[in-house]
Amino acid sequence: MDITTKYLGMELRSPLVVSASPLSENIDNIKKIEDSGAGAVVLYSLFEEQIVSEQKDLYYYSSLGDISPEAQSFFPEQSEYRLGPDEYLKHIRKAKESVKIPVIASLNGSTTGGWINFAKKMQEAGANAIELNIYYIPTELGLSGSDVEHTYIEILKSVKSAVKIPVAVKISPYFSNMANMAHQLDNAGADALVLFNRFYQPDIDLENLEVKPNIILSNASSARLPLRWIAILKGRIQADIAATSGIHSGTDAIKMLMAGANVSMLCSILLKNGIEYLKVIEKQMTDWLEQKEYESVNQLVGSMSQLRNADPSSFERAQYMKALSKYKF
Amino acid sequence: MKDKVFVTIDGNEAAAHVMYRMNEVCAIYPITPSSNMGEWADEWASKGIKNLWGNVPTVVEMQSEGGAAGAVHGSLQAGALTTTFTASQGLLLKIPNMFKIAGELTPTVFNISARTLATHALSIFGDHSDVMTAKTTGFAMLCAGSVQEVMDMGIIAQASALESRLPFIHFFDGFRTSHEESKIELVPDEQIKEMIDDELVMKHRQRALSPDHPVLRGTAQNPDVFFQNRETINPFYNAAPGIVQKVMDKYAKIVGRQYHLFDYVGAPDAEQVIVIMGSGGDTAHETIDYLLSKGEKVGLIKVRLYRPFDIQKFMEAIPSSAKVIGVLDRTKEPGATGEPLYMDVINALHEGISEGYGKIKTMPKVVGGRYGLSSKEFTPSMVKAVFDNLKTQKPKNHFTIGINDDVTHTSIDFDPEFDIEPPDVIRALFFGLGSDGTVGANKNSIKIIGENTEHYAQGYYVYDSKKAGTLTASHLRFGPKPIRSAYLITKANFIACHQTVFIEKYDMLKDISNGGTFLINAPWKKEDVWDNLPKKVQKHIIDKKVKLFSIDAQSVAESSGMGRRINTVMQVCFFAISGVLPREQAIGAIKDSIKKTYGKKGDEVVKMNLKAVDNTLDNLFEIAVPAQISAKYDIREAVPEHAPEFVKDVLGEIIAGRGDDLPVSKFPVDGTYPTGTTQFEKRNIALQIPVWDESICIQCGKCPMVCPHASIRIKVFDPKELANAPATFKTIDAKDKEFAGMKYTVQIAPEDCTGCGVCVEVCPVKNKTNTSLKALNLSPQIPLRDTETQNWDYFLRLPETDRNILKVNTVRQQQIQQPLFEFSGACAGCGETPYVKLVSQLFGDRAVVANATGCSSIYGGNLPTTPWAKNNDGRGPAWSNSLFEDNAEFGLGYRVAIDKQKEIAEGLLIKLQDKLGNEFVNEIINAKQVNEPEILEQRKRVALLKEKLQKIDMYESRRLMTVVDYLVKKSVWIIGGDGWAYDIGYGGLDHVIATGKNVNILVLDTEVYSNTGGQTSKATPVSAVAKFSAGGKVTGKKDLGMMAMAYGSVYVAVVAMGAKDDQTLKAFLEAEAYNGPSIIIAYSHCIAHGIDMENPLNQQKMAVDSGQWILYRYNPDLAKEGKNPLLLDSKPPKIPVAQYMDSENRFRMLKKSKPEVAKVLYEMAQEIANDRYKMYQYLADRKFDGEQQ
Repeated sequence: MDITTKYLGMELRSPLVVSASPLSENIDNIKKIEDSGAGAVVLYSLFEEQIVSEQKDLYYYSSLGDISPEAQSFFPEQSEYRLGPDEYLKHIRKAKESVKIPVIASLNGSTTGGWINFAKKMQEAGANAIELNIYYIPTELGLSGSDVEHTYIEILKSVKSAVKIPVAVKISPYFSNMANMAHQLDNAGADALVLFNRFYQPDIDLENLEVKPNIILSNASSARLPLRWIAILKGRIQADIAATSGIHSGTDAIKMLMAGANVSMLCSILLKNGIEYLKVIEKQMTDWLEQKEYESVNQLVGSMSQLRNADPSSFERAQYMKALSKYKF
Repeated sequence: MKDKVFVTIDGNEAAAHVMYRMNEVCAIYPITPSSNMGEWADEWASKGIKNLWGNVPTVVEMQSEGGAAGAVHGSLQAGALTTTFTASQGLLLKIPNMFKIAGELTPTVFNISARTLATHALSIFGDHSDVMTAKTTGFAMLCAGSVQEVMDMGIIAQASALESRLPFIHFFDGFRTSHEESKIELVPDEQIKEMIDDELVMKHRQRALSPDHPVLRGTAQNPDVFFQNRETINPFYNAAPGIVQKVMDKYAKIVGRQYHLFDYVGAPDAEQVIVIMGSGGDTAHETIDYLLSKGEKVGLIKVRLYRPFDIQKFMEAIPSSAKVIGVLDRTKEPGATGEPLYMDVINALHEGISEGYGKIKTMPKVVGGRYGLSSKEFTPSMVKAVFDNLKTQKPKNHFTIGINDDVTHTSIDFDPEFDIEPPDVIRALFFGLGSDGTVGANKNSIKIIGENTEHYAQGYYVYDSKKAGTLTASHLRFGPKPIRSAYLITKANFIACHQTVFIEKYDMLKDISNGGTFLINAPWKKEDVWDNLPKKVQKHIIDKKVKLFSIDAQSVAESSGMGRRINTVMQVCFFAISGVLPREQAIGAIKDSIKKTYGKKGDEVVKMNLKAVDNTLDNLFEIAVPAQISAKYDIREAVPEHAPEFVKDVLGEIIAGRGDDLPVSKFPVDGTYPTGTTQFEKRNIALQIPVWDESICIQCGKCPMVCPHASIRIKVFDPKELANAPATFKTIDAKDKEFAGMKYTVQIAPEDCTGCGVCVEVCPVKNKTNTSLKALNLSPQIPLRDTETQNWDYFLRLPETDRNILKVNTVRQQQIQQPLFEFSGACAGCGETPYVKLVSQLFGDRAVVANATGCSSIYGGNLPTTPWAKNNDGRGPAWSNSLFEDNAEFGLGYRVAIDKQKEIAEGLLIKLQDKLGNEFVNEIINAKQVNEPEILEQRKRVALLKEKLQKIDMYESRRLMTVVDYLVKKSVWIIGGDGWAYDIGYGGLDHVIATGKNVNILVLDTEVYSNTGGQTSKATPVSAVAKFSAGGKVTGKKDLGMMAMAYGSVYVAVVAMGAKDDQTLKAFLEAEAYNGPSIIIAYSHCIAHGIDMENPLNQQKMAVDSGQWILYRYNPDLAKEGKNPLLLDSKPPKIPVAQYMDSENRFRMLKKSKPEVAKVLYEMAQEIANDRYKMYQYLADRKFDGEQQ
């Protein structure tokens, strides 16, 4: 069974890719990811806030002093600082030395600040591609949808102009017209769209009356949303498509590929069952393909996209009505 | 000679720079103002910087200066080139070893930033009282008078020591030289190498103790031979001055600066000559240059080599014309025939003339005087006054200069207006807030000028006595010639006020020169600036035709992403308007400097600083100066009208910055000062203060518990007291059943609060309709100031809640007790003071406190005011500070004296029992005095006893009256930091707890020497970056509690108020109640940890939750009951230690600078935490006889 696929201009041994997560925080795990058959690995994200706040904290706290003639400072000056980003770059280098599968660096931010320069450093450190995770929750009442979209495009353009390696953009589905947003990103040079980012939604801690971020891992139903949009976009944009969210089995992965994804990304299921579970998912996938007498994954990709679907309306509003009608008493 | 390299550094760095290069081992210990020398050495070693021979020197921190001297002695004996750095009491502790080192003819250099010895008071500032006590040790003594000379004399001392075999004290004036930043010529390594003869180094090695050529050194000798043996060293001392001069001559050839044992400056035919050592020599030099230009015949001898004193060379330095010699000593030796340099000069003249040395043949008139004690200013006007004295028919001898001695009339007058500062020197004065980066920016500015221009530059920084809201004054000079002005600026061309609040507190323009420039940072619109200035300031501006500029630096900084740090903004303003450099060049230089300074800390930091530079110029405005004063207010009086006379006349003058003008007669003769004086120093430093929302308060008492400044308080009182309450005074019904029918109030002292916000952090209540609000919420101080001041005054007039009705073992009621430690100068958010305050609340009216030197002695006892206070009965803690190292012993002394006087009183009671009644006497003697009501009962008995004694006219009754108060239980508290308890004072502490005496030891454990700027102590945890551990501490924290528990007879508690306040309270009560030694080790978060000081309690919680800090109480009384004495109050760790460590810069910094090292040390920290918890759990779980198995 030929399960190779193409993503971001690279030939991958498998369409199963490990998405950005703590799974790739240490090199041993990255090796395990390769050994378990992943087509590529997206490294954990380097956050814009991390780059900025780490520098500011170090600057602020290291320069505390002048509280008395006896205490004009509190910390000895160090000859160099290896700030988080530097560690991240080192991590890319080590990962590249340790595995043969493509290593995709992940840069997560929401403004067009100086952090974007880091993309270039990631390229220099050997990353095969960059996944740009634009994680933006606009809250200003005066900010229009088009302003928000403009920011996305600006960020992408800045990164694209800084690097030669492919750039994938990971976004959320929350746009007035997702298709148009995908189209704009496609035009701005995105080499792939990663659909979708799952925002960590806040929760309320009743005991302490505090809002706490509550990380909920995806479940299989989370896959429906990206499935729809991948199917809609497939064939209409130039960029490759990666599916992420709720892919927990070989068949989940197959569905995404059928909808039009070049790769299916895994995270929650591996956090639950361990990295080696990748092998199980691959086995489920190949078993199904063999059973149905497919020859390759390539055959599969986009085979059920909206453009190739016998009933294109099934991905649209009409389907809503049909779905609900099942629940009629 | 190569091209000269200039650097802008301070005296300490200059000394450390050369010493580091010429030595192999540095044994160090922190003490102001010398700590920086050790810090540099440690930092360079951690960076792998090498000495002249390509080796990285070993830097070892010891437990005390005495320990450092021992290590130096050993290292020298074992053959390594070894040095050390110290000052003041530190030098005293080294003296025993110094006699040995000299007696054994061992070459070394001790670098001393000379500092005042503590007498009637401690002083961190500079004079020669320390080095003068070391002059009998046999060390040679070489003095440097400026930063350049420190570098030069350091090299000369080392080279001379190796050749002469004499150890050297290389000294320079503490602060004035050690902390003055100056542009100097750097002596390149190859020139230093040329000065050090490798042959002599070999010889030093050959003399080392080695089993390969064994010898014995350090014998004990008897009367038959000791004397003769002691005289064997004479040839070395005879030869030493010649060797030093030879080295100085060699130095002149190699480096280009010529020194002599005694350098003469002045007219060849001078009639009046001053003899002086240290930085005063430069001031005198500058003044003499001026006086010579006026045709005066005056001269100056700068003493370089003070020991061995070369009489012949001294005589040769005096011009034959000299008629009167004035010797200036920067020290005081009460009862002596004169101060030491004066005595040496008299002796040298007497002997020199009789031997026919030099040019003068008859004994000139010689007078001696004291100047500059504790860094008292020594200015050209004082130099002139000394010469004027010498010119009189009968010059005053044993005079003082610089003060007004209206008691014994030693002082000579000087004219404060006499000013010789040359017109080509730019003089700038900056008033900033400690934490706003002003000093750092100024240090940077003088580097910029030093590096970018031919100009010479000098920077000197003055701080007030408070750690919160510190006023810093930066004195900067720039000029075309080397700057010899070793004194503060008196006539400034440029003055900047970096913090708006200071303008209404200090008359900062009094010293601005005519036509000078004044820059103020203020949030006002440019058209409102003038009207907001106080009258006095407006008058100076008009009268002196001052150019006025303003900027809202806070807004510029915030909009540039710099938060509250206005340093870069204000620096740009200075360069933009002072004209010290062409504007464009200056801005370019600042930008380059920003890139250089912050580059390694990241692009974002560089970017925001650059942004601040660009934003500044658009927001800097020149303000048109009207012809008339329009202000409606003036600079505020330092203390209120109702303050006691002494506070107004003395302390108030010090607060107002006029302490220099106070005459001798105003001062107590023995260092005794009244307590309860911070209440009169209304500092108004809080930008925001807490506001109480009484509607949701649950009366938990946590806010006053954690308040570092006792500026939030509770009272419970009868509602009838409210009759005349101000309209905005808030109360609610008291909830506790003991307070039924009473009112409850929480009140803030608006002018004393520092605005730290810790009370808001601790408040456990959230507003149900708006969870962003608590029962305390911060609000801007200025709009609240007047009403809350009225409320505070009213609150103070309310009666104190009866202590007898309080359940003191609950925080909610105990915290109603009046604090007798209030409004200290500690940092905003301080982690130590809440514990100190707790002691004062619980036991203050019968406590006597021994306080080790450190933060707590500074915020507790640094003039002008003290936070230790009295209650309405006039009772309160009595406090003293002896030394750093002896605090436990000092406190034990209190105990034995108190016990003795109680014993005497009881003896006299028994003698008088016929008169007083047996029953009454027995009641007094056998009174149980454990809790508050019992102690109150005893107080009543003692009051009655006093009444009875008044009526008995007997010797015994009169004697008993002098000791009668000791019949009421006294509580001895021994308080200090970890530097004292774990390191320098540990020997004494250990002994004191072993005595079994009833003392209470409170260790305020900040895990570093906080007061001196955060040096490593044995309490510092593994992996923390601290000074002296620049590469991260590689060993774990000493378990002081475990060591104390080993006695079995010591009450031990480890507490963290921010993690478990009720456990803290229990521990303090149990410790005091325990009739034996108690030690409480209290986690004290500290600014030196690099934490968010607005939420510091969270650090305490994390320390406990991670097992990094284990809470427990060990009560030997439980063992007597057959129970396990150890109660483990910490639950098993629930977060990894790394999570706690990552929240503090001291640990994070290592991760960012040396991640590989950090990884290992972080793991070690976790292991230590795991192992310790297991051990404590094991010990706490053991079943004792009396417990069920």
